[in-house]
Amino acid sequence: MSRFVPVLAVVAALAVAGCSSSDPGASDGESTGTSGPAAPEVTGDLTVFAAASLTETFTELGENFEAANPEVSVTFNFAGSSALAKQINEGAPADVFASAAPRNMTETTDTGAVTADPVTFVTNTLEIAVPAGNPAGVTGLADFGKEDLKIGLCAEQVPCGAASKKVFEAAGVTPAPDTLEQDVKAVLTKVSLGEVDAALVYRTDVKAAGDKVEGIEFPESADAVNDYPIAPCAQAPNPQAAQAFIDYVLSQEGQAVLTEAGFGTP
Amino acid sequence: MTGRARAARRGRLPVVLAVPALIGLAFLIVPLAGLLVRAPWTSLGEQLFSEAVGQALLLSVVCASLATLVCLVLGVPLAWLLARANLPGRGVLRALVTVPLVLPPVVGGVALLLVLGRRGIIGEHLDAWFGISLPFTTAGVVIAEAFVAMPFLVISVEGALRGADPRFEEAAATLGASRWYTFRRVTLPSIAPGLVAGTVLCWARALGEFGATITFAGNFPGKTTTMPLAVYLALETDPGAAIVLSIVLLLLSVVVLVSLRDRWISTPS
Amino acid sequence: MTLRAELTVTRRSGFRLELDLPIAPGQVVALLGPNGAGKTTALRTLAGLLPVTEGSISLDDQVWDRPPSVFVAPEDRPVGVVFQDYLLFNHLSAVENVAFGLRARGTPRHEARERARTWLDTVGLREHHDTRPRRLSGGQAQRVALARALATDPGLLLLDEPLAALDASTRMSVRAELGRHLAAYPGHTLLVTHDPLDAMVLADTLVIIEGGRIVQQGPPALVARQPRTDYVAHLVGLNLYRGSAEGTVVTLDSGTLTVAEPVTGPVHVAFPPAAVSLHPEPPHGSPRNSWPVTVAGIEQHAHTVRVRLDGAPPVLADVTPATVADLHLAPGLRLCATVKATEITTYPS
Repeated sequence: MSRFVPVLAVVAALAVAGCSSSDPGASDGESTGTSGPAAPEVTGDLTVFAAASLTETFTELGENFEAANPEVSVTFNFAGSSALAKQINEGAPADVFASAAPRNMTETTDTGAVTADPVTFVTNTLEIAVPAGNPAGVTGLADFGKEDLKIGLCAEQVPCGAASKKVFEAAGVTPAPDTLEQDVKAVLTKVSLGEVDAALVYRTDVKAAGDKVEGIEFPESADAVNDYPIAPCAQAPNPQAAQAFIDYVLSQEGQAVLTEAGFGTP
Repeated sequence: MTGRARAARRGRLPVVLAVPALIGLAFLIVPLAGLLVRAPWTSLGEQLFSEAVGQALLLSVVCASLATLVCLVLGVPLAWLLARANLPGRGVLRALVTVPLVLPPVVGGVALLLVLGRRGIIGEHLDAWFGISLPFTTAGVVIAEAFVAMPFLVISVEGALRGADPRFEEAAATLGASRWYTFRRVTLPSIAPGLVAGTVLCWARALGEFGATITFAGNFPGKTTTMPLAVYLALETDPGAAIVLSIVLLLLSVVVLVSLRDRWISTPS
Repeated sequence: MTLRAELTVTRRSGFRLELDLPIAPGQVVALLGPNGAGKTTALRTLAGLLPVTEGSISLDDQVWDRPPSVFVAPEDRPVGVVFQDYLLFNHLSAVENVAFGLRARGTPRHEARERARTWLDTVGLREHHDTRPRRLSGGQAQRVALARALATDPGLLLLDEPLAALDASTRMSVRAELGRHLAAYPGHTLLVTHDPLDAMVLADTLVIIEGGRIVQQGPPALVARQPRTDYVAHLVGLNLYRGSAEGTVVTLDSGTLTVAEPVTGPVHVAFPPAAVSLHPEPPHGSPRNSWPVTVAGIEQHAHTVRVRLDGAPPVLADVTPATVADLHLAPGLRLCATVKATEITTYPS
């Protein structure tokens, strides 16, 4: 189901982009007092392209940011990081790009769509996800090698799959997966429906999935800490707001929201 | 008027129709042209004959064909029921048949999991009694594809059945033919064009199926990774490969559809 | 060995058909009537395509339909039907069409085809065994339909407007041929038609229905001479004779007629009553057909008066009320009847 949210988001983002370009005078409004102590005065529309795994946290951060800067209207486009990178490279009117993997950020810096140095704003580690009650009695990474268990992993082509591969190599376990899913949400669907006995996903995903999924931490997860980089886009329609938003994400207040959701601090 | 002039006169389209027709054609063709333009032609051969592509291609064709077979076995009788049986609430039934068309395929996949999955309403018993678990199997791919593709077949065949003159069936009955014999020897041949069109549509839809398949059957090379799944995952890392895979899929369907059309649909009537 | 149908059919539209229709073996009964009279409904109930509401249909001691308990499905009734537009299966060749009923009833493929070929030869389609229905002419298609209906040796043959789809010229020869096949057919035949000529030439008995009820029945000649309603009078208002032609002269059972087109052999000749003129004296000049007649009866219809005349041959004439007054028409009056040769149609019988 997660595949459909981005479609709507892109449509919304394009609509917003159309507004901002046809309304260049919007940022010329008179100043209406300061709202954030460190932030410079920001106004207008802000479009943030963020990895799907940031949906809940960034939505909250966006609301907080709008509350602190009443002249700003934030729009998000949540999708897979690689899809976002492609959209940005094709000229999508993004102000900020928050990726779930350095590799996708590199795709945009390679083409010059992002020129500023990306900053790692959170980290995420893998956790074993099992259906509520852990019916198969999974205890650790070694269980992933058992043929008689139904195992779900992310495909190697997507970030959580690449990270999974790293931890299995570090742990010396050869996994016997039954399915290699196209994204974390698809894996979680199968865990929550009980179709797989165990899966490897990010800590934040386990937290977001609620009661139907339980997380089991494992020591080897330290071998594949995933960095989330954020950067303003080179062609950002609203560079001032972009920088203000990034500053807010990196601020103590912003970080608190992120760690609450299970992210690690860099 | 010469014969050719007459033919030309008859063949001339009014502008009101010709212009939107050409725009429509372009609308359908141009994105395909885009794929062709961006294709990494130099590495095409290498990609084409890689084992992964061969495997995915074979699996796609086998699964789509099996799914089409399932649709024919179940869908043609269903179409007959909708077209001919005097059922109460037939309109509602017909609307229900089209549900998989409207439902986002991923939702369809989840729905299938809820019914046929390991913890599903029916799947639970399949697992407990027979040890059959459909998700993550090739059979699961066939089921997901059949679920999504069947409405195309049912709607085409039902339309053909409703267009067919039922008096031919009456004529067969007066000649001593049972309803089943009549169905085989009279009804089916008379709706052959609609049946073939529906089968082709069904097969094409099954071949391109992604959402329900990956949701219900998962993705594992050689077992459940069909071409659309391979394309989607290739898109994550290697867009060039994704384009090549798409073109392969495209060529395959064009070859099959064109050959079927020539054989069945454009026969002079 | 009689087919008995005493039936009532009530349709949702409120239409009600009541019919008592016995058919003896070898007999051809024509069911005549205007559109909507219930002809096709009657045929469909006999074929089993429509159940009767009340009454019963039976052949000999076999009951086909008697509500509420008995209903024999069409595929289990020994009937053969020639439909109005034949309904030949377009995806099958002529032989396969004729063999269809035999195959459906379990005859082995080879034997069924063999018998189908024989039937096609019988109806004169030796050259068209493997032709698809679309490539057959109207007359040929009609003959395939007849062969298909007869191939299963049905006890009851139903013909639904079997000549209506044909053009006038084909119609004559096909009608004559159909007459020969019906004469050779030992079973019961019901012919549904709105064309009085077809009925009078092909049938032994006419049953005329209007609005779902029988208004008159009997042998064609009797019905024609004593029509009971305006509709019947109009419908069967036809002078029809059987005779033997030699050039343009046709010798009838009594008297002779001269026709416009030369023909040879047994023929039917027909002309409408309106084509007959009545004169007190033989007219001057010489119309080819002129013979003495005696007035046998006069019937007043809506706008015309039908006069029954005895003579050689006996004849019906339609005249205006003014003519009745001018000639002082009364039974027993002697007159002279004339008919132009060009008004007479002939067709081989």
